[in-house]
Amino acid sequence: MSTEIKADKVLDCKGMKCPMPILKTKLALESLQVGQVLEMIATDKGSKPDMAAFAEQTGHTLISMKEADGIYTYFIRKTK
Amino acid sequence: MEQKLKEHIDPALEERLRSLIDERIDAKLAARIEKHPSRKKKLAVIVSKGTLEAAYPPLILATTAVALDMEAALFFTFFGLHILKKGSAESLRFVPLGNPATPMPMPNIISALPGMTALATLMMKKTIASKQIVSVPELLDLARESGVKLWPCQMTMDMMGIERKELIEGLSDPVGAATFLSYAADADITLFI
Repeated sequence: MSTEIKADKVLDCKGMKCPMPILKTKLALESLQVGQVLEMIATDKGSKPDMAAFAEQTGHTLISMKEADGIYTYFIRKTK
Repeated sequence: MEQKLKEHIDPALEERLRSLIDERIDAKLAARIEKHPSRKKKLAVIVSKGTLEAAYPPLILATTAVALDMEAALFFTFFGLHILKKGSAESLRFVPLGNPATPMPMPNIISALPGMTALATLMMKKTIASKQIVSVPELLDLARESGVKLWPCQMTMDMMGIERKELIEGLSDPVGAATFLSYAADADITLFI
């Protein structure tokens, strides 16, 4: 099974602290079409629980979350 | 009677009836939800303090609330109104006096010395910038751009002799307690900061 997800847009939030990764994610999703995927990259540890909460509240689908060497990579699909 | 009926209903038929009823309820419910789309959740916050550290929580929460598809309103009263004065957001201060949790704890008699507040504020701002934490003016801009309702308290303006033209642009018209309560009565989250 291929685990590669193709992102329609990449958003670099490295270095940013709360609440900026979430605010930037929201804005980036607004520029996408329904069904498209955003790849968001962050270094903020708090983004891990916060991206899950963001997805839960907004209804966008958090497809995957990867963590490696302090870099968090999220794939989120716009649902509406 | 019911017992008798039950005995006579074929279990397969009962199963079918139940699933039909469930389907019907789901369809009716979906139609109703479509007709009355759920309203957005609301955050209502009273901003009562005008220090650097007190300006952060309401602005972070309000901008994040909008990102989470909620509505947000901030009611700036008493010293909280200071944040909305032209040039104030850039010059908010952190007061170490009487704050035992300050990063560099010192006796109050030292924190009370002239210049200590300015020094502590400078250090706090340096830390904020070096850790890439967004500034209060930036947060205030984000709040205005994202449609957070920013209410100046009319009574505070009267009390402190603050004119509308002394406040920044992009605010809602000044209001009183009743307007805030009317909004908060229908809010899902209400905070006093």
